[in-house]
Parts: sequence; structure tokens; C-alpha cells
Amino acid sequence: MTSERPVLEVVSPGAYATIQDLGRRGFRRHGVPWSGALDSRLLRIANALAGCPETAPVIEAFDGGLHLTAREGLVRLAVAGRVEMERLGPDGARTERPWETLTLLPGESLRIRRMVGGRLAMVAVAGLSCPQVLGSAATYGRAGLGGWDGGPLRGGQRWPLAPAGGKSGPALRMLRTPQRLTDPIRVVFGPQDDYFPAETLASFLAQPYRIGQDADRMGIRLAGPSLRHRGATEMLSDAIVPGAIQVPGNGQPVVLLADAQTAGGYPKIATVIGADLARLADLPVGSPVRFGAVSVEAAVSLAREAEAETQALLAAIRGETDGGWDEPALYAANLVGGVVDALRPGSEEG
Amino acid sequence: MASFSFPDPSAGEDPARSIPGTFPRWRALGEAALTLELGDELSPAVRAAVQAIDRALSGRLGVGPLTGVIEVVPTFRSLTVIFDPLLTSGDQVAKGVEAVMDRPEDGEVEPPRHWSLPVCYEPTLAPDLIETAQRLGISAAELVRAHCGQAYEVLMLGFLPGFPFLGELAPSLQLPRWATPRVRVPPGSVAVAGAMTAIYPWESPGGWHLIGNCPVPLFDARHSPPALLQVGDRVTFRPISIDEFAQLETARQGGDLDGARFLDSAA
Repeated sequence: MTSERPVLEVVSPGAYATIQDLGRRGFRRHGVPWSGALDSRLLRIANALAGCPETAPVIEAFDGGLHLTAREGLVRLAVAGRVEMERLGPDGARTERPWETLTLLPGESLRIRRMVGGRLAMVAVAGLSCPQVLGSAATYGRAGLGGWDGGPLRGGQRWPLAPAGGKSGPALRMLRTPQRLTDPIRVVFGPQDDYFPAETLASFLAQPYRIGQDADRMGIRLAGPSLRHRGATEMLSDAIVPGAIQVPGNGQPVVLLADAQTAGGYPKIATVIGADLARLADLPVGSPVRFGAVSVEAAVSLAREAEAETQALLAAIRGETDGGWDEPALYAANLVGGVVDALRPGSEEG
Repeated sequence: MASFSFPDPSAGEDPARSIPGTFPRWRALGEAALTLELGDELSPAVRAAVQAIDRALSGRLGVGPLTGVIEVVPTFRSLTVIFDPLLTSGDQVAKGVEAVMDRPEDGEVEPPRHWSLPVCYEPTLAPDLIETAQRLGISAAELVRAHCGQAYEVLMLGFLPGFPFLGELAPSLQLPRWATPRVRVPPGSVAVAGAMTAIYPWESPGGWHLIGNCPVPLFDARHSPPALLQVGDRVTFRPISIDEFAQLETARQGGDLDGARFLDSAA
């Protein structure tokens, strides 16, 4: 059966699932957003656990419910994200864990039953391949770009995987998983913070917001204290980047994400820093969120730390050996230190 | 920066403007992007300056002084430079851009292309045509005549893939956008708002007034560049019957409608 070409069947996409990679660069001037995984750290971890290239396309599962079945051959995959999930086979259901390599036998299914406090999980599948459209496999449904067919996953789809994707390589797991932070989401004020009086900037930081009902891959509407403009509530449109926080005339801020429009005419009070954007996108509807302001310099340091932490997490992936899981904790700790130093030249003194 | 002419920021200071401007100026969008603002209103001089800098930067991104720069997004009034903050710094990027601005290339500016795009103004495809005409105090036929009666310049691409901001609309046709945007604007919708008119290439939410529909595909990922229209192109609209619209729409859905055939070589 291993000579067969395995097929991945989508039994159900759950709430919303798309193929994503690190996104499409270079076409914002033509109105094309980057798209790409809302949490690139989870994408890299899932790929490493499934034995795929680190930036290969994965299935991004939003809000759980994704249900996949292996057909014709073995399917090797891994899930990164805080989820409860189960394997369904001829012997019934049994609980499976994220953060490790899984191999589904033909006819077996994996179902994400529940998200545990977040919205995002990345499912890397060995042998999953998609055409590159404008340099990326990332799905941007509005314009039919990327993925298997330009759109989100739909129940009943069957996609062939590259042969032998299912079998090769040892089973892997993580010695530790990404830490869950509840600190304020950090922002850099601007580019249009001068459209708001000082009281508005202060109240944006002082009071909590909630993740509104409209929260998807395009952006997140926040509900909370109304932000008053100094004067004009619109301006001649300029460029937007993911993380930008627009404030339309109703005073309720909107954080723009990977699939957002590339230009807009509402003043942008602040921009969420790169290190915190995935954490914001992962917050379930109704969650409270607070914002904290940092300087550009601090945001750059935090970006370096975030990348060092991703490298450390990737270095904490271990293979299964005869005696159980290989666990050279000291080695991992040393490697972490080395990565941090390499990325922060001159920071040893501090 | 003497090579580029900027409008006098002190001229015509408008008290309604929120921010009295001194241009050019840099603004940070987080730690991974910088916007170089050259102005804050629609102006041919500002646009020309944006386009000159954009031309001068093309081919220099990602190498030398602009190492780490991922892409540049020109708009009506600014250029946003997006970069990897782990590979370069905002200071480095600003210096790299300013060095290019100080020494612009005398590259040939391509003459603008002219397009004649078919638009069906039948009310079934133009849900706001009659109300828009009423609000402007003219008949629907007069609105259609006026909308087709001038050439527009592609001022910017953005918002959605291939979405062209066209301007400037005659003052007699200008009105503010809807206070509450539509949840669903049909693809192909031809719309007006403020000093601009546009075509929605994709279904999307939108706050503009829908006065017609253009069946020409404005974006094709297989083409290079993928957007049919480019900044600086000139566009006129040709009114078509519902029957001609249906023929073109059928061709479009079958993938047989090449936008290039609407290039107006006679112009």
C-alpha cells in the first residue's frame, strides 16, 4: 500500500481552513495583500514536526473542527497549536496530541475537536503541494489566489499528496511548547497618531477592548471605548501593513491582518508590533485585550527575541529513540543561548 | 531633494485640514515599514514626485543600501517602504531612499497607455445610478454622459488586487461616499466617490456609489504585471447595451476576454 499515492480527504474544514505559507511578497503595489499564515512560528514548528521544509505550505485551521482522512496510503502530519484532537479509526476514537508527528493509516481520520483558549492551529502534511501563484501558495480567497483551487478548504475535497510523503523520517515531538503570554499587546504609535488628541492616545492604552464578532483573516474589529479624532476622521488613502490599527469615524478601532486591503483612508492610530500580531490574531471573539506602547527600537528588540525564541523552540524538537524520547536538555539550553547571542550582537553586556 | 519639486506646504493652508503639513516627512508603521509622505492631498505635482522616486528605487531593492527592503508601495501622496527589521534598520532604509532621491535617474518615462473600457449603465447593474443622479441634481442620462465624457488617469492601484483609483472626477459629479458601506459590492461595479471613480475587480464590501458595471477582467495572476491598468494610464468609458454586456460577461466567465483588446491604440 505504500506504493500508492496517498490522498488527503477533507471531511470537514471546520469553521474556516485555508492553505497558507509565509505569504506573497512584492505585489502590494498592485493591490495584492500578503496573506500567509497568521502565526508563522506555528507554521515553522508544524513543518519541522512533519518533516517538511520549514516554510512549506500548511493548512491553517481557524476555530477548530477541521477533520481530515488519509486515503490510499499513509499520511504523515503534525499539528501546532493548543487544540484537543482525536484519531478516528476502525477501533473507534482515541485522543491525539499536537506538537508531535502523527501518521494516519489509510481510512484513519484526525479531527480537531476543540481549541483550547485560542483560534489558530497549523496542520503540516508531508507531501502537500500547491502551485505557486505570484510566488506563494497562500490562499487569498477574495481574488481566488493560491491554495489548491484559490479558495478555502471544503468538505469532500480529495487532494493527492506527493508519493512517499507518509513514511519517511522518525517521529518527532517538542520538549517544550510555545509559552502563552497574557501581557498587553504592544504597539508603536502612528503613523497618524497626530489625528488624535493626547486624551485619546491615553485612553487607547488605559482601557481594555474586546475582540469583536467581526474577526477573521482580514482584520479584527475591537469593541470598547470610542476613540475621538482631533478633527478629520478620513484622509487621502495611503498604504497599510498588517498590524495597522485604523480608527474610522465611529471611533471603534480595527486591526488589519494578513488578508486586509493594501490601502485605506482612515487614520491609523498605531501599529501592532510584529512580535505580538499572531498573539492578537489568536484571541477568541469576546476576549479582553489591552494595548501597551513601545518605541520602534524596543519593537525591533522584541522582534529579535521572538525570532530567537522560535529558533529555540525548533531546537527543542527531538526524535524518538529506542529508549524513549531523546532529551538532551542541556544541549538544547546551550543552543538557545547561542542563537540569542548570534541575533543580538553586543547584547551580552546587558 | 532639490531634484523633485514639492508643492509649497504653506500655500492655501486649509483650516479644515487636520494636520498642517511639512513635506517630505517620514512616518513609522511599526518597526517594519516607513512611509515617506510627500503631501496629504490629491495633486499632480505630488504624484509626479512619488512616481519619480518609485522609478528611481525600482531595481535597487533588497541589495546594497536597500538590503532587507521587501517592497515599496506608492500611493497618491506617499511611498511606503516595507523591510525586514532583522536585516536592516529604519535609519538605514531612510538613508538609502534619500540617497536615491538626491540622485534621480533620467530614465525615460513611458508615454501613458490609453484604454477604452466598456461599461453597462443599465439600472439592473447600477443600483445607485438613479439616486446618485438625483443627489447631483441631474438626470441619469446626463450622469452617464458626463461619466463617459472625460478621460481619467490611473492615480493609484490598491485596496483590492487590480483596483484602479481613477481621477479626477468633474466637480459636478462629486459626492461623499455612503455613510454605511455596502456589505457586498458585485464584481465589475463601476463606482464614484469624492473626486474619484473606480472599478471593483472583486466582490468586496465598499462605500462608493455604484453607477455601472465593467466586464473587463482587471487582474490576472498569470500576467506580468498582474494588474491590467498601471499608474499613469488614461481610461475612458464607453457605454454599452445590456446585450453587449451579456456577451462580454459570457466571454469573461469562459476566460476568453483578454483585457488587452481594450487598449485604445488610436488614441
